[in-house]
Amino acid sequence: MNLLGKLDWSAIPFDQPIIMGASGGMILGIGAVLSWVLLKGYVPYLWREWITSVDHKRIGVMYIVLALLMLLRGFSDAIMMRTQQAVAAGGAQGYLPPEHYDQIFTAHGTIMIFFVAMPLVIGMMNFAVPLQLGVRDVAFPTLNSVSFWLTASAVLLINVSLVVGEFARTGWMAYPPLSELQFSPGVGVDYYLWSLQISGVGTLLTGINFVTTILKLRAPGMSLMRMPVFCWTALASSLMIVAVFPVLTATFAMLLLDRYLGFHFFSLDAGGNPMMYVNLFWIWGHPEVYILVLPAFGIFSEVSATFSGKPLFGYRSMVAATMAICILSMLVWLHHFFTMGASANVNAFFGVMSMLIGLPTGVKIFNWVFTMYGGRVRFTVPVLWLIGFMVTFVLGGLTGVLLAVPPVDWQVHNSMFLIAHFHHVIIPGVLFGLFAGYTYWFPKAFGFALDERWGKAAFWCWFIGFHLAFMPLYVVGLMGMTRRMQHYDNLAWQPWLLVAGAGAVIILAGIVCQAVQLVVSIRTRDRRRVTGDPWNGRTLEWSTASPPPAWNFAVLPHVSDKDAFWSTKQHAPAARLQPAQARAYKPIEMPSNSPIGFVNAFFAVIFGFALIWHIWWLAVVGALGGFVSILAFAFRRTDEIEIPPEQIAQFDRAHPTEFAA
Amino acid sequence: MSEVQYGDPAQMNALHDRAPGDQPAAPEEEKSSGVLIFTIGLFLAVILTATSFWVANTTLLWGPGIALGLAVLAIAQMGVHLVFFLHITTGPDNTNNVLALAFGILIVFLVVAGSLWIMGDLSNMMPSMSMPVR
Amino acid sequence: MNAIASDALRPELPLAVSEAGPAPKRIVVTYGFWVFILSDIVMFAALFATYAVLVHATAGGAAGSQLFNQVSVAVETGCLLLSSYTCGLMSLAINAKRHVATYAAAIATFVLGAAFLGLEIHEFADMIARGATPQSSAFLSAFFTLVGCHGLHVTVGLIWLAVMMAQVAAHDFTAAVTRRLLCFALFWHALDIIWICLFTFVYLMGVRP
Repeated sequence: MNLLGKLDWSAIPFDQPIIMGASGGMILGIGAVLSWVLLKGYVPYLWREWITSVDHKRIGVMYIVLALLMLLRGFSDAIMMRTQQAVAAGGAQGYLPPEHYDQIFTAHGTIMIFFVAMPLVIGMMNFAVPLQLGVRDVAFPTLNSVSFWLTASAVLLINVSLVVGEFARTGWMAYPPLSELQFSPGVGVDYYLWSLQISGVGTLLTGINFVTTILKLRAPGMSLMRMPVFCWTALASSLMIVAVFPVLTATFAMLLLDRYLGFHFFSLDAGGNPMMYVNLFWIWGHPEVYILVLPAFGIFSEVSATFSGKPLFGYRSMVAATMAICILSMLVWLHHFFTMGASANVNAFFGVMSMLIGLPTGVKIFNWVFTMYGGRVRFTVPVLWLIGFMVTFVLGGLTGVLLAVPPVDWQVHNSMFLIAHFHHVIIPGVLFGLFAGYTYWFPKAFGFALDERWGKAAFWCWFIGFHLAFMPLYVVGLMGMTRRMQHYDNLAWQPWLLVAGAGAVIILAGIVCQAVQLVVSIRTRDRRRVTGDPWNGRTLEWSTASPPPAWNFAVLPHVSDKDAFWSTKQHAPAARLQPAQARAYKPIEMPSNSPIGFVNAFFAVIFGFALIWHIWWLAVVGALGGFVSILAFAFRRTDEIEIPPEQIAQFDRAHPTEFAA
Repeated sequence: MSEVQYGDPAQMNALHDRAPGDQPAAPEEEKSSGVLIFTIGLFLAVILTATSFWVANTTLLWGPGIALGLAVLAIAQMGVHLVFFLHITTGPDNTNNVLALAFGILIVFLVVAGSLWIMGDLSNMMPSMSMPVR
Repeated sequence: MNAIASDALRPELPLAVSEAGPAPKRIVVTYGFWVFILSDIVMFAALFATYAVLVHATAGGAAGSQLFNQVSVAVETGCLLLSSYTCGLMSLAINAKRHVATYAAAIATFVLGAAFLGLEIHEFADMIARGATPQSSAFLSAFFTLVGCHGLHVTVGLIWLAVMMAQVAAHDFTAAVTRRLLCFALFWHALDIIWICLFTFVYLMGVRP
């Protein structure tokens, strides 16, 4: 028996210069950062304050850092695809052979959905929800840390696949029979499956965490109808995570059983049914996009109200629309496979439901417009992202309504029209929303604001670049170009794809602007220090210092209205500057830090890697290690630390509450 | 400055929902009634299980009705478990727990019924084959 | 009206549950676990749906009516149901903080659960020996996965129960230990609820050709 399973030196693609270059760059980059951290002696600080932290604010920041780093990889894939398609017309073959190109489009989709969009959304929810609810942390802080580190494990495995082995070539959905062992005998699909199973556990735990937090942990007086809309969208998103991620887990488990043990769920023989995979995958897949977009909508609600200086228009209808989308999103999934042979009745039902789901979204758009109407709108960077979203997303959504009509879908399914549509909703919807949230909450998290000029430059590059990159794809889609083409013969498509390539370069400029913005902002941070309330905010997170203390609130606020912070500012200016001595501080119990998340993740990586390469003894080691570490954690005697009143008082004295004028 | 203590037991317990699975009555007097509730639940579950086995094997019932009968008995027994073992009731202190359960049941229904409908439909739309499936 | 940090909490106004502030830990933890159980049930639903779709895909091989042994299923059902009962008794003993009763009920639950598992493993081994392996047809793949997944959950439950008894021995009935035992009881009862669906829809509906 081979001690290293399928692993040997041939796993490293020495014969593929582009991959070797990318791997080398990645390893050098990671090595440089690690060396810097080690040499500067930051390891104890990082271990104590970040790696073992169970503080939702720290975990939120880590999720976002992870996501932004993976955006670089996902976008590199995008630029490679755009440049390949711009040149590989007619006689030209481009620079990416099909075997490599297939891995690129698979990695692009997988990374962007699972390791950019999801962590960004979860990171925003992590940072903002407990603060907005007026409480000290989520329901299960240690589980929160475990969730983050499981996601990080999955990211590590995906990045290892670049260097050791290969990635799947099946597209990000990994349909059988192509993803079965018979047609994908390599380790690529296994990397895909085990990464996503590991991060799927983390995500499910996050969903459970936030459902419990939002339903059971809110400040006194904050009934559900007094909650900020971002918390409502976080609730809907978390409910959907709890509802559909188990389906994905089951589906991937069945594909894994087919691949590892020769089962016949989705095989072509012995009664297997590949369409069942497609069905189950999209039961997860459609709600997944709403899991991503609803919190982004929530961010837009917060941003539109804050920067218009008015309450959000139509709070109740916003809540109703959010919960309607939560339920409706689970009734539309067949529209992803209208062409797969269902009868007219089935197609019609799902077509009608898919059109219906545009209605609550439309209600939201109107509410945002009416929020801004009549307000004193401040055109800050978050508002630019909001307006860019509104004008772009509506058009993208309309192409979705087009696609919801089965006969139309039959013409354009799996063409570039479809690619254009879903990028047309996901980029303005999810990405712009998360960029707005990033800019909006950055000052709260770090105590200084981001540079406005570089932020505006980034927005315009993204906005112009996005349109240049994706509008031509509608045209080539209608001209007959299917998705995922490494090469094509129809030269009429090329001019459009060249424009699209140019658009991708402009988006690249936007990303560069964002990176520069971050560096410049950090370097000149002393010029942009902020109080707790830099935007004249309406919700409770702005009543804390920037950054808030570990315990968030010295005293849990008592809420009696929506926009809890705004009412206070309006009606009780004298009460604001309560002298610190007048308060009687009580000690606060906070959950203690724990390395269990990191340790668990370590064993998860070993377990996943071992299973991918069929190194069975190592898989047992990984599983046992994980089990033993959980056991050790379960027997710890102290799970909380007590923060003494003096420390709280000292913090409050150093950070008197100042509200924006 | 008055404030509400985080999870102050005296004030909160009286107000909040019951924890799912927790005993309904006050600790002092429930011990014998607790055993009684579980025992009744066991008794009912045994009867429903035995009836299910009988229904599955009898010739006395109309064929197509057997599947429905089994389903009804199963749902009844799940209800017995929920009420007698998990103490999920329709009282106001249990609303959140029941709502969560209802949500779960909805998802289960959508997944199972939706899949059966779609996959059955796909199968019906497949052209019939002259060769038997091996 | 102040929205936050009011100096005078007005105790005479009855607070609705949704306005009463953060719930106590016991409720938070068990509610979260309840949500987890519901997510687990959704996972079983996906496996159930797959089984229902593939139940006739026997690839010319054995179907349920030829393979299922009702006596074995009846005994398994009895064991699991009784173990749910003893788990309930254990919960009562834990609430009353009675150590001996807790350990006794736990042992009974463990033994009955282990008996269930033993019978199920025997059933699987039997089927495999007769050539009805999960690799031979989609129906059998689905059957072994669905029922096996439940068995895996029972196994995890037994390990958890053993660990919890070790915790009671080491830490006594602390708040944390009691919360975890409450979660275990939820888990164990939920497994029996899932078994009801299994023995009804897989076995009893499957024995009729």
